[in-house]
Amino acid sequence: MSISSEKPTVRWHIGVFLAPAVLIYTAVMILPLFGTLQLSFFRMIDREAVFVGLENFRTLFFDPRWSASFWNALGNNTWFFIIHMLVQNPIGILLAAILSSPRLRLASAYRTAIFIPTILSFVIVGFGWKLILSPIWGVAPSILDAVGLKMLFAPWLGKEEYALTTLSLISVWQFVGIPMMLIYAALLSIPDDIIEAAECDGVTGMSQFWKVKLPLILPSIGIISVLTFVANFNAFDLIYSAQGALAGPNYATDILGTFLYRTFFGFQLQIGDASMGSTIASIMFLIILAGVCFYLFIIQRRLRRYQF
Amino acid sequence: MTAKLFKGLLLSATLLSSAGLAQAQDVTLTIESWRNDDLSIWQDTIIPAFEAANPGIKIKFTPSAPAEYNAVLNSKLEAGSAGDLITCRPFDASLALYDAGYLASLADLEGMANFSDVAKSAWITDDGANPFCVPMASVIHGFIYNKAAFEAVGVEVPQTEEEFFAALEKIKADATYIPMAMGTNDQWEAATMGYQNIGPNYWKGEEGRNALIKGEQKLTDDAWVEPYRVLAKWKDYLGDGFEAQTYPDSQNLFTLGRAAVYPAGSWEISGFNTQADFEMGAFMPPVKAAGDTCYISDHTDIAIGMNAKTPNAEAAKTFLNWVASSEFATLYANALPGFFPLSSEPVTLEDPLAQEFISWRQKCESTIRSTYQILSRGTPNLENETWNASANVIRGSETPEDAGKRLQDGLASWYEPQK
Repeated sequence: MSISSEKPTVRWHIGVFLAPAVLIYTAVMILPLFGTLQLSFFRMIDREAVFVGLENFRTLFFDPRWSASFWNALGNNTWFFIIHMLVQNPIGILLAAILSSPRLRLASAYRTAIFIPTILSFVIVGFGWKLILSPIWGVAPSILDAVGLKMLFAPWLGKEEYALTTLSLISVWQFVGIPMMLIYAALLSIPDDIIEAAECDGVTGMSQFWKVKLPLILPSIGIISVLTFVANFNAFDLIYSAQGALAGPNYATDILGTFLYRTFFGFQLQIGDASMGSTIASIMFLIILAGVCFYLFIIQRRLRRYQF
Repeated sequence: MTAKLFKGLLLSATLLSSAGLAQAQDVTLTIESWRNDDLSIWQDTIIPAFEAANPGIKIKFTPSAPAEYNAVLNSKLEAGSAGDLITCRPFDASLALYDAGYLASLADLEGMANFSDVAKSAWITDDGANPFCVPMASVIHGFIYNKAAFEAVGVEVPQTEEEFFAALEKIKADATYIPMAMGTNDQWEAATMGYQNIGPNYWKGEEGRNALIKGEQKLTDDAWVEPYRVLAKWKDYLGDGFEAQTYPDSQNLFTLGRAAVYPAGSWEISGFNTQADFEMGAFMPPVKAAGDTCYISDHTDIAIGMNAKTPNAEAAKTFLNWVASSEFATLYANALPGFFPLSSEPVTLEDPLAQEFISWRQKCESTIRSTYQILSRGTPNLENETWNASANVIRGSETPEDAGKRLQDGLASWYEPQK
């Protein structure tokens, strides 16, 4: 007994508790990720996978057709992200600020109503909005007609110049609940004594929001930006359910996710190309990795945190 | 003693027969298909007819969505979880499956004798030695029109391009009906019901198609650009907001009686028959000048083959032979008017609209869609590019000449004879 107590105790429970998460995460995330990276260095030549090094990446960036599709998708994806950053997050913050106001009645009802679209399936959202905006059966043209603004209506989803923005705004409508909830929680966690101290110093109303509350919720805004970035560059479902895999009109709504899908799985007469698909997936991974690193190492370190 | 023996015989007979029965029940063939519209027809008509004639073989029809079928099927085959029978897309998609060893050769299937070479052409190796799918049906392109609308507006069924646009103009001026129901949102209708529908009259069917494959004609030639010029004129006769109009939207506009003409494939017939409560007629793609030879797209569209790795090869072959019989052809053609049998065996059609479509085979030269054979093997994929180009031309965001040039450049970038 005395001998065994001298040995360092094996803390097996750590391993046991970590095991489920580590195993599942490795099996469904890490292995496929490395599988994809590996696949992008191979190409099928006469039904045999041949190691080609960076050849697939060269094709993607320097073949005029592949690179045109890729840059188009990346450009569209960036625009998709910009709309989210400029519309979704400010609206989310605004809604949270309004909801956290003590004078607002029925706050929880609004909160629930605004959050509900987030839990809806993409298919429902895509199909529902397609119907709403349909020039033939949609309510959008009839509502505009009722207020005499029919000339403002256009078949938005079918026009190259509007389709992507329209879809971005649909996505904003769906997901505005997430920044709202996170900011709302951050606002509620600001202690009352800080607010009271600000009031004693004569900082009230709008300037109280800008000078006291906003600096305190900046870390949450940073997290939201990163979440938006990751979600947007991984997006696929909404575009696919509303516009199909060809991301029409004329690839105007093609983002990296749909480009990847079309390449990897093929489309109609086009046969899937797993190597080029993995190449695109690897680039998506690198883009997201770069974005997240930029946030972690550059932005987050400069954010000042306050201890309450 | 004899009684005992008799009892024993009886007993063993029951045991044996029940064992045989149990074994027979085990053979269940699963069919992979993209025809989810036909689910009830398979379940109510085709499968019971087969099962009645072939006790011991059960059939399960498991379709997936048309747009996803190829991707889903490829993944299932790779994973080894695909069904015993595979519905075959025409040409390269299936040829690739055969070359990869997923589809079995049907060279020794007796039923294949019932098909002409043209019928088999879409599902055979390039050397013609190994057919790998039993042809089921072809679809014919044309225009379906609302007879009541034509009478009300007072237009005749157009024969030539000029009459066609005159009729649309008159319907537009009358303003009761949308002249033509088609949208560009889903893109494929613009190519399939637009370009491939009217095109054969301009590139002279098989003649132009084969010349394109041999590299003797180019997509920038007049024969291939002219249909785009005609398509560009369609824009004025499509409904408001056609840019965002989807395929189901167009179908509904027509069957609700709001549109007069529907650029169609014959596969619409069965759906339209149940949806529309007015009388419909059909006319073939208008020719350039009266008296010109007419060409129709009579596209070999659907066939069925056998998964090379199926454990139930014998049962699958029994089914395939039945598919090749005239019994199946008659059942299928009448259950699905608009899918015309390719079998050389005689088949009678009852649906008047389907009869109209199939009657064009006598009057006109048949061809298949220009982009399907060989020309869509590379990247960029000519078929997908044609969808995009046709939709662009109709929306007016690309000129017919630019579209032709872009397609030609794309094709020439990988297709040797066109370089």
